[in-house]
Amino acid sequence: MKILLKGGRVIDPSQGLDQVLDVLLEDGQISTLGQGLSTQGAKVIDCQGLLVTPGLIDMHVHLREPGEEWKETIASGTKAAAAGGFTAVACMPNTKPPNDEAEVTRYILEKAQKEAATRVYPIACITKGQKGEVLTEFGELKQAGAVALSDDGRPVPEAAVMRLALEYAKNFDLPIISHAEELSLSEGGQVNEGLASATLGMKGIPAEGEAVAIFREVMLARLTGTPVHIAHVSTKLGVEIIRKAKKEGLPVTAETAPHYFTLTEEATFGYNTYAKVNPPLRSAEDRAAVLEALADGTLDVIATDHAPHSDLEKEIEFELAAFGLIGLETALPLTLKLVSEGVISLFRAIELLSTNPARILRIPGGTLKPGSPADVTIIDPERKWVVTKEDLHSKGKNSPFLGWEMSGQAVFTIVGGEIVFSRG
Amino acid sequence: MSVLFSQRHLLDITSLTPDDIVSVLDLADSLKEVLRRPIPKVPTLRGKLVTNLFFEPSTRTRLSFEKAAKTLSADTFNFTARMSSVEKGETLLDTVLNLEAMGTDLFVIRHPKAGAPHFIAKHTKARVINAGDGFHAHPTQALLDMLTVRQKKGTLSGLKVAIIGDIRHSRVAHSNIVGFRKMGSEVYVSGPATMLPPEREALGARVCYRLEEALYGADVVMALRVQKERHGRPLFPSLREYAIYFGLNRQRLELAKEDCLLMHPGPINWGVELHPELQNDPRNVILEQVENGVAIRMALLVLLLGGGA
Repeated sequence: MKILLKGGRVIDPSQGLDQVLDVLLEDGQISTLGQGLSTQGAKVIDCQGLLVTPGLIDMHVHLREPGEEWKETIASGTKAAAAGGFTAVACMPNTKPPNDEAEVTRYILEKAQKEAATRVYPIACITKGQKGEVLTEFGELKQAGAVALSDDGRPVPEAAVMRLALEYAKNFDLPIISHAEELSLSEGGQVNEGLASATLGMKGIPAEGEAVAIFREVMLARLTGTPVHIAHVSTKLGVEIIRKAKKEGLPVTAETAPHYFTLTEEATFGYNTYAKVNPPLRSAEDRAAVLEALADGTLDVIATDHAPHSDLEKEIEFELAAFGLIGLETALPLTLKLVSEGVISLFRAIELLSTNPARILRIPGGTLKPGSPADVTIIDPERKWVVTKEDLHSKGKNSPFLGWEMSGQAVFTIVGGEIVFSRG
Repeated sequence: MSVLFSQRHLLDITSLTPDDIVSVLDLADSLKEVLRRPIPKVPTLRGKLVTNLFFEPSTRTRLSFEKAAKTLSADTFNFTARMSSVEKGETLLDTVLNLEAMGTDLFVIRHPKAGAPHFIAKHTKARVINAGDGFHAHPTQALLDMLTVRQKKGTLSGLKVAIIGDIRHSRVAHSNIVGFRKMGSEVYVSGPATMLPPEREALGARVCYRLEEALYGADVVMALRVQKERHGRPLFPSLREYAIYFGLNRQRLELAKEDCLLMHPGPINWGVELHPELQNDPRNVILEQVENGVAIRMALLVLLLGGGA
């Protein structure tokens, strides 16, 4: 099976490419890049005016399976991913039961094999039951298919336990992803500490709590020499610590999510539970610092932290409502918005959404080099659309962007040479 | 009666205009006369059903709403979370929809979670009055406090209001800061710094770490109860030390204006935030606040339920 992507603007940071080219996909791989490639025997997709990029990779999603299938399943979550232009997702282990044993990892991968629209890379727990006490079996988990370790949703509270994890991870070459939060400062918190906590009359989650936790991880990366990836950075203080660590050459990488670079704490006003998320939406100053860090390379990745919930968890009192919002189907246009506003280049946007997550997770993809898997996203950067509950593919409708007019959308999502999603 | 009130619900002071506030206070002033009649009852809200939904303990506020509704001849349901289906796992929303189906015209809600009245208002066709939500807002308390101050001082602008105590956990402080600022007064807050979040300045309050700075030249001094039940971990070492350094007594009140008003939303812990020597002090208007509370709640019921037959 051959597919020829004809005349699109090919953007591939892994090869330094930004050029109008044809791309030939053959037998599930990228075969040739060039001009005026023969259409002989190939299904031709006219890509004039469209962007052709390495398949987007979301390294931080919650697929909720096993255990919370009313919120999302591997099938529905990856369908949403494909609709959003992602060809691969890495799913966090806070399922029920949590992914802290090889058996759960295998269950996820078997389900994905049968039902997923995209590639699925499981991330396993750092500690058993995410309790922060005893390390999981890193070797067995890796052998079962886990690509990284994280207790996401919770930090590893004790520095000594995190240190052990970073040391032991060296034996297995597994990246460690940190949910950086100082629990004793955030406990009971609902929204950003400051304007939002004052206005809404609820306990706040201080930015300093994130900074304290990030600083600890940086020190542990120094101590152990093991790479640490910081999830969902939301604060100026956190960004500054990471920037300094990178300057010193420490093995630290970091991601942020579209809601942190698009919204501020004011989105929670009126007790909007769809904007209740952890870390919380922060101040305008924090948002500005995150934008700057995306542009200057301090932040390596845009990941969604896609966290679907049903109305059972969201259409209730704010303080009882679950943390988390969905992001797979809005991440691409919100990133393209940064491009049109001149915050980052298109080239940089694809680095953040594809090249870098592949590199950090050490997974295939993130490139259009011949011989690589034919994971490709074709984007219409001008396509206008409005976010509505009805049109979202995720089971979760908890988006703070409902009603927003977006510009830009994936029109073809291709995984291993197969079109898994297309829009007319 | 032609009054201007722009709201469908009373959820917090923030959403009121100064005109709204004046309308409520004016109406409350005139309704106070009804309460002093030999037979304090008027037929204004005959046939209306007011449901008091209380998910937290309350004495003054709940009985005050009940008295207000009964004086206006409305029917009342009194719901308390204990002894109800909430204990069987019924959600807040279902509880509200069921009581609406029984004909509730207005919900009065007190709830431990901030924003619960806002949540209900989104889902019911009935009117909603917030009778205290978490440590967010207590708008009827702020309105009755403003009524008391206006009656005594003749104005709500240009005053210095000092609020002393557990500012962090006080919905009364929150609503009074917003209310008095809206009407043109200055609000100073003070107390133990562990209960004095600096972000209260975002609401327009002046945060003082020296009690004297807040009290000096104040027209109104409001003491708050230490809300230990909301603290989790202890936020100050002992009640004894609290009383010594942050409790109000005659000597401390000397710093305020001679004719200052001493207020407290209740319940009071005598000997902690207020010295017992202030019980019969001429500056103490605490029981007048309580009487005004009934008048304010009557005014709100009339404004929200129309009062037409």
